[in-house]
Amino acid sequence: MSSQTAEKAQASTAAPYKRVVRSLGTGAPVYALLVILLVALASTDPGFYEPDRFLAFVKRAAPLVILAAGQYLVIVCGEFDLSVGAIVTAGVVAAAEVYGSFPDAPWPLITAGLLLAGAATGLVSGLITTRLKVPSFITTLGMMLILEGAVFFWTGGSPHGQLAEGFRQMGRGTAMGWLPWAVLACLVAGLVAVLLMRSDFGRTLIATGDSERAAALAGVRVHRARVIAFVLSGAAAALAAVLVGGFSGVSAQAGRGYEFEAITAVVLGGVVLGGGRGSVVAAMAGAFSLQALFTLLNLQGVSGALESTVQGVIVIAAVGLGAADWSRLRRRRIHSSGGRPS
Amino acid sequence: MNPLTRRRALVPAVALLAGALLTSCSSDTPPDSPAGASQAAESDKGGDKPSKFFEQAEYERQLKLGKETPQGPAAKPWEQMLEPEMTDTAQYEKKGSGGTHLCFSNAGVFNPWRQVGLKNMKAEVKLHKEISDFTVLDAQGKDDKQISDIQELAGNKDCDALIVSPNTTATLTPAVKEACGKLPVIVFDRGVETDCAVTFVNPIGGYGYGAVAADFLVDKVKPKGKILALRISPGVDVLETRWSAAKLAFDKSELDVVDAKFTDGDPAKTKSIVSDAISRHGSIDGVWMDSGATAVAAVEAFEDAGVDVPPITGEDQQDFLQAWKDKDLTAIAPTYPTFQWRTPVIAALRILDGKQVPKEWKLPQPTVTQANLDEYLQEGMPPLHYAMCGCQDMPGFPKDWGGKK
Repeated sequence: MSSQTAEKAQASTAAPYKRVVRSLGTGAPVYALLVILLVALASTDPGFYEPDRFLAFVKRAAPLVILAAGQYLVIVCGEFDLSVGAIVTAGVVAAAEVYGSFPDAPWPLITAGLLLAGAATGLVSGLITTRLKVPSFITTLGMMLILEGAVFFWTGGSPHGQLAEGFRQMGRGTAMGWLPWAVLACLVAGLVAVLLMRSDFGRTLIATGDSERAAALAGVRVHRARVIAFVLSGAAAALAAVLVGGFSGVSAQAGRGYEFEAITAVVLGGVVLGGGRGSVVAAMAGAFSLQALFTLLNLQGVSGALESTVQGVIVIAAVGLGAADWSRLRRRRIHSSGGRPS
Repeated sequence: MNPLTRRRALVPAVALLAGALLTSCSSDTPPDSPAGASQAAESDKGGDKPSKFFEQAEYERQLKLGKETPQGPAAKPWEQMLEPEMTDTAQYEKKGSGGTHLCFSNAGVFNPWRQVGLKNMKAEVKLHKEISDFTVLDAQGKDDKQISDIQELAGNKDCDALIVSPNTTATLTPAVKEACGKLPVIVFDRGVETDCAVTFVNPIGGYGYGAVAADFLVDKVKPKGKILALRISPGVDVLETRWSAAKLAFDKSELDVVDAKFTDGDPAKTKSIVSDAISRHGSIDGVWMDSGATAVAAVEAFEDAGVDVPPITGEDQQDFLQAWKDKDLTAIAPTYPTFQWRTPVIAALRILDGKQVPKEWKLPQPTVTQANLDEYLQEGMPPLHYAMCGCQDMPGFPKDWGGKK
């Protein structure tokens, strides 16, 4: 599952458990954390694993998982995308406004329109970052402010329309009466992300994040790879907007805070900020862990105000643990980082 | 970019971290402390300490006012007053000819309630030919900007009267005091800690709102029923008073408040909280809310869980009234009426005419019930419109309020 090439030659001589740990790559801790949280949820609430309840949990996590997959693509090539939360808000509000003017608009058209608009936003961010050499942190922060301001200007803070029932099915309804569409969307997005990272494009993306210069010398078109990552992140955010809007209806703050939750999820998945290492599956597992943690805090009756505190602790702890030098506790191992000799 | 010193974290270390996180998150402080950063919102634990926002005398006054019959035309609640103590304004009478120039320092239009309100105020201004100019400065929810806005308007020779809707109570007090020395000031919505304003316009208040909603549930839910309380955020006085009045009513009743949670006014979060509460407590028999912005999300959470929607309290927001009618809910909607935005303009004109106004202009606070729901629910209005706007007969309605006719 890991995006890193398993070092087969070394692995074959290693002990089996080491092989497992190695194949998980930098994501190992997040799977452990996820298991712990899921066990804790089961012990807090014995009914949590009834099919309906568990699927409802996955449905709730779906937007964050999709956002984390998109954010991973950007982070692994060495950039940031802070605009995803604003894209979610803008998407929900835009859909509501369009329905306000055209109550009978077909929902597939609106959904496709949102996905295209999200991709276009990503394209703009990507081009500004690569062509104008504006650091992506600044580009996407600016994009976030532009979108938020535009939404407020457009709606005066209160959107005019109701989201149509058909449009809301994706985030709220179920297929065949038991499987939420959001879960399907999440599975498909996850599968696409995994296949993408296993393709040549995925490898060039990681190589770009690892060492831009080396990748460029090896013939990778680094600018193009990064722009594509931004485009995909924007489209993922638009898909999340469809799910969030469907799940909870019109709100002028639908995506607030999502950008940091997505980055938290990616960091939690052991993906290195600055790029070059980490797996997309681990990033999505990070999103599930975060959602599981929020659910657990909620079931334990912990105030919502603590959620952000916990999120902050997690980000610092995850990066801190990842960067700590454990060599005194075990024999040093040489990492292969995306095939680059270190 | 890529630190080569990075090592993989050990699984046990993460396990320890997770364990530490989970055990550190179960404190027992009452939910009324406004800090909101280290508290469990578990209202059935140690919630007996009265909130620092609670004032017994004001609570009793508001409950009494709720039963009074207001003076003034019944069809125009924004001109009505409860127990007024009139004050003389002869000193402010506008001399000379020429139009009146009203100035307004607005805390902001950062939520739908304030947007509907500002539309009401602008429409009210249009009704009066004698107002030649109306200047609005928007503080965008920032105290510092509002302080300089007030200074600018008070120092402006053209302003005949200044209307202020303060962003926060304490911080804006000195600026309002300073302005009082220069021109007649009308404060409305939130108050300030000075009575230098000629009149302070506000509806009955938060205690009345919270009590109406809680009493409805006490009446509709069977004894021992489980109540879920949904609040927006801690530490806001207008919201804290709503909750403290409700809590008193619930404490006296046989109902059991199983959870009191903060939703941040976010529908997705509200839905999650409600579905978790349903699964955690097996069932929820009533929902109390300190505002209606996320009431529809709460209703949907019950639908998605496949259970009947219990008695619920909301507000006069269009989407909730619509859901109430469509789904035939057992509901009530106390209001913090947006028609109060019309009153300061009327008050300013009376003051500049030298006519008496109440020192504190207490407005009625009507409630939407099953009996009068159809009267307030108007088809074609946008989902975040507030029905208690008193704007139905104003020119430009419904178009200027985003509605369709």
